[in-house]
Amino acid sequence: MTDANSQQPIAKSQIMDWLQAVKDPEIPTISLVDLGVVRGVEIDEASGAVAVHLTPTFAGCPAMDYMKRDVERTLREHGIEQVQVDISLREAWSSDMISEAGRAALRQHKLSPPPVLGNVVFDLDFLEYAECPNCHQHNTELRTPFGATLCRAVHYCHDCRQLFEQFKPV
Amino acid sequence: MDPKLDLLYRLADDQLILGHRNSEWNGLGPILEEDIAFSSMAQDKLGHSLQLYGLLHELGEAEPDTVAFTRNAPQFHCCQLVELPIGEYDFSLTRHFLFDHAELLRFQALADSSYEPLAQVARKLRGELKYHALHANTWMKRLGTATDEAIERMQAALNFTLPYALGIFEKTDAEAEIISSGLFIGEDELQSRWLESITKVLGQTALTLPDLATATPVFGGRHGQHTEHLQPLLDEMAEVFRLDPTADW
Repeated sequence: MTDANSQQPIAKSQIMDWLQAVKDPEIPTISLVDLGVVRGVEIDEASGAVAVHLTPTFAGCPAMDYMKRDVERTLREHGIEQVQVDISLREAWSSDMISEAGRAALRQHKLSPPPVLGNVVFDLDFLEYAECPNCHQHNTELRTPFGATLCRAVHYCHDCRQLFEQFKPV
Repeated sequence: MDPKLDLLYRLADDQLILGHRNSEWNGLGPILEEDIAFSSMAQDKLGHSLQLYGLLHELGEAEPDTVAFTRNAPQFHCCQLVELPIGEYDFSLTRHFLFDHAELLRFQALADSSYEPLAQVARKLRGELKYHALHANTWMKRLGTATDEAIERMQAALNFTLPYALGIFEKTDAEAEIISSGLFIGEDELQSRWLESITKVLGQTALTLPDLATATPVFGGRHGQHTEHLQPLLDEMAEVFRLDPTADW
């Protein structure tokens, strides 16, 4: 593995690879990269400084400060001395930014991944298309759009008769 | 006042104050899911206010915490609707329904604002506000078609709340410039979209929207005139901050 100390220019892909280790503080199976929270990485070749751009899933997400610190710490551990993390809404987060690997990671945490909205106008009927993370059926019903965290809704599966949480489509 | 500041203060103060009121249901909701719903909406609204105070800070105003915690009631630009105490659940739900429909439509329109930083924030917030409107609609429909007692109470809450809700659309001196510069579509246009939106939902219930022609809007909030309920709320909200404004959290 290339290390920052080896004087080789660092590739963005290398940074993204390292950032795979930074997980969502509330959903430890998914990385910030796969969640779509990492929106960009810029490397200043002259100084070796790395700037990472993050965007929150929900504007009031209280975990952003933790995420910022985790990103800074992880890159420093790989020898990057100058790390700047900025958080903005320049590019509004959408649940479509969650990668396929991210969707698998959500399922692993027993969270139903949000349906992919594509370019269609987001209609709340999409909330009814939740996939049960236990039996993988869609015979489900929205119980409340507000769950344990801002990004989760609570559904009920009529097949396995269990409540489950969905990562909300936004 | 500069039209941008004028608009942003109204938006941000509404979010902060209603966010604080929503948080007062924490631990008191009639059922656990509602306790969580109002707490979540409180968290969203505080997050939204922070984004908007952040825009004000970029325009040269003080830090968000300073703006939120050190002003007194006459310096606030929120409508009086949001500062009223939470009361019974019928009132809190009705306020939530009337306010969040206006809010969703407001931020949908602001997504096209000529002021790009605000448009960016609006594009984010409108997606989140859909959940607030969905939640409000669910309960208006559920209680507005339930027992006689439920319908009577919701109707009484609607009659009481409507004049305050019309106060959401109170204009300031900056209104003409806000519209002509493309910052926002304006309060009249918003109110007409809002009316259409709430009428559609109320049409699916046994509730009747009071005649707007005979309702007297409760104005004043946008100009710093508030009910006796705002200052105690501000004192409570800022109690810890004012103990040591320089503390690092």
